[in-house]
Amino acid sequence: MRRYAARQLVQLVVVIFGISVLAFTILHVLGDPVLLLLPQNAGKEEFERYHKLLGLDQPIYVQYWKFASKAVVGDFGKSWYADTPAFRLVIERMPPTIYLTLAGLAVALLIALPLGILSALKRHSWIDSLCTAIAVAGQAIPLFWLGIMLIIVFAVRLKALPASGYGTWQHFLLPSFCLGAALAPITMRLVRSGVIEVMNMEFIKTARAKGLAEPMVVIKHAFRNACIPVITVLGLQFGQLLGGAIITETVFAWPGVATLTVESIRNQDFPVVQCAVILLALLIVAVNLIVDLTVGLIDPRIRTGA
Amino acid sequence: MKTVSARTEEALAGVGGDQAARTGARRAALQRLLRLRWGLAAAGILAVIVASAVFAPWVSPHDPLAVNIRHRLAPPAWMEGGTPAHPLGTDQVGRDLLSRMIYGGRVSLVVGVSAVLLSATIGVLLGLGAGYFGGRTDWAIMTAVNVMLTFPFVLLALAVIAVLGPSLVNMIVVLGAAGWPIYARVIRAETMAIRERDFVVAGRALGMSHARLVFRQILPNLMSPIVVIATLQVAQVIILESFLSFLGLGIQPPTPAWGNMLGEGRVYMLNSWWIATFPGSAIFLTTLVINLMGNALRDWLDPHMKL
Repeated sequence: MRRYAARQLVQLVVVIFGISVLAFTILHVLGDPVLLLLPQNAGKEEFERYHKLLGLDQPIYVQYWKFASKAVVGDFGKSWYADTPAFRLVIERMPPTIYLTLAGLAVALLIALPLGILSALKRHSWIDSLCTAIAVAGQAIPLFWLGIMLIIVFAVRLKALPASGYGTWQHFLLPSFCLGAALAPITMRLVRSGVIEVMNMEFIKTARAKGLAEPMVVIKHAFRNACIPVITVLGLQFGQLLGGAIITETVFAWPGVATLTVESIRNQDFPVVQCAVILLALLIVAVNLIVDLTVGLIDPRIRTGA
Repeated sequence: MKTVSARTEEALAGVGGDQAARTGARRAALQRLLRLRWGLAAAGILAVIVASAVFAPWVSPHDPLAVNIRHRLAPPAWMEGGTPAHPLGTDQVGRDLLSRMIYGGRVSLVVGVSAVLLSATIGVLLGLGAGYFGGRTDWAIMTAVNVMLTFPFVLLALAVIAVLGPSLVNMIVVLGAAGWPIYARVIRAETMAIRERDFVVAGRALGMSHARLVFRQILPNLMSPIVVIATLQVAQVIILESFLSFLGLGIQPPTPAWGNMLGEGRVYMLNSWWIATFPGSAIFLTTLVINLMGNALRDWLDPHMKL
């Protein structure tokens, strides 16, 4: 287990380094911050003065080193728009994003687990076909459009739920359903194939042979073992889930990191964009690591690489 | 005697198994055909969408940019207050929604196909390199893949567009450059398996160059997964493109694109639901038929493909 954890940690460091390089490249190599800061009619001397001021005349690796050594202690510079550190702005907006992600995950599981198990047990029945059809259609629905349709139906027509905002539990319903519905199809398929695979195994036959009731077989023996691939893939899907949360936030004006990022992009506030991108990526990496370690703990086959 | 009986038993079991396998195979074949039928229907619908986009100037009833303030926010023809002149109604400045949707398809399809061609090229080359050479090349490429897969695609696209500025070409470049890891991962695994097959080993023994082995011996065997992933990716790219346009970071108005129409329609959704609803259904329908086609293609080319 220790060696497995060490290997995961080394990979983690490499990935974090890669992410920081990517984020740095996007701002410093693809774009010129000075071009964005100064008015278009600024003179050449003005440009060069700013280049020196921001240290952009130095070699690129020196610039990266300065950026990275500050970023490690959470210093991403001040927001160009609001006079606050970018790091604080982003951290303040983190909790709503995390809550939305968790709520979306819960909704997805609530939909996917029962339907996935049901269609696995009643394979090739009409229920199975129906679930598959819903899943195929669900995978094609653009998340932001689904959100708008939900708002039109539940907020505008029925006036039952708030269209946007944050605060009470009612505010959670539409966004988390929207996000959950987007994640549910793929999760359902995974649960289905996981349960099907497990149901064909020897220990299920044994459980049946010793006279266990069918519900017990399914719940205690099949489902538990089907969980492992589901957890793994859900963990790896966390990035997608967070990406979905980003889209959902913008539709429902949810005060999370994603709305902040989009606002900052509109204001050309790059320290904030950079900080948000890196922190979100770190969050994903952390979740992936936790998932890997958990699965390694549950299933010894994975950590030994057998 | 014993051996004979054992063999007979085996043979009998073989026959029984064969029969089971045969009915199973027949069932699978039937299912494949059934799914293929769905795929063909989907391909038909897609052909109509593509044709209407290509022949937009001849098909659309109005100029998509023609403003008519007097007819603004007209509902679809079947509703009260709608006119047959605007079957799907008009938007906030009186432009014909149907015409804008027909033209809007051009953007989505062009971006979808070009971005996928770009990312497939990058991904396949890197995947072949990683799988064929292995070792450090493999490690470096796979680390890059892991970094890219950790990043939510949306976030990456947003950040890059923010720096480069929104335009059609930038969008193709960003979506193309961000989409390659999925190809690289699949192609790498397949290449590693094929590399050890006899015909490649024989080719190497004959003294073929790396390039010839990779492009003439290995690559042709990988066309099925490439075609399937590429098809499915077109749908993903179309959704992302419309999301970027929806946020105002993609195709800029007044050029019609499904995404920016949806974004404009969002403002008016309190009273005029149709402005946001129809472009969204166009995205939904297009991605749905592309996905169905991709699934059918996978079943047809190789039902055992793990994608």
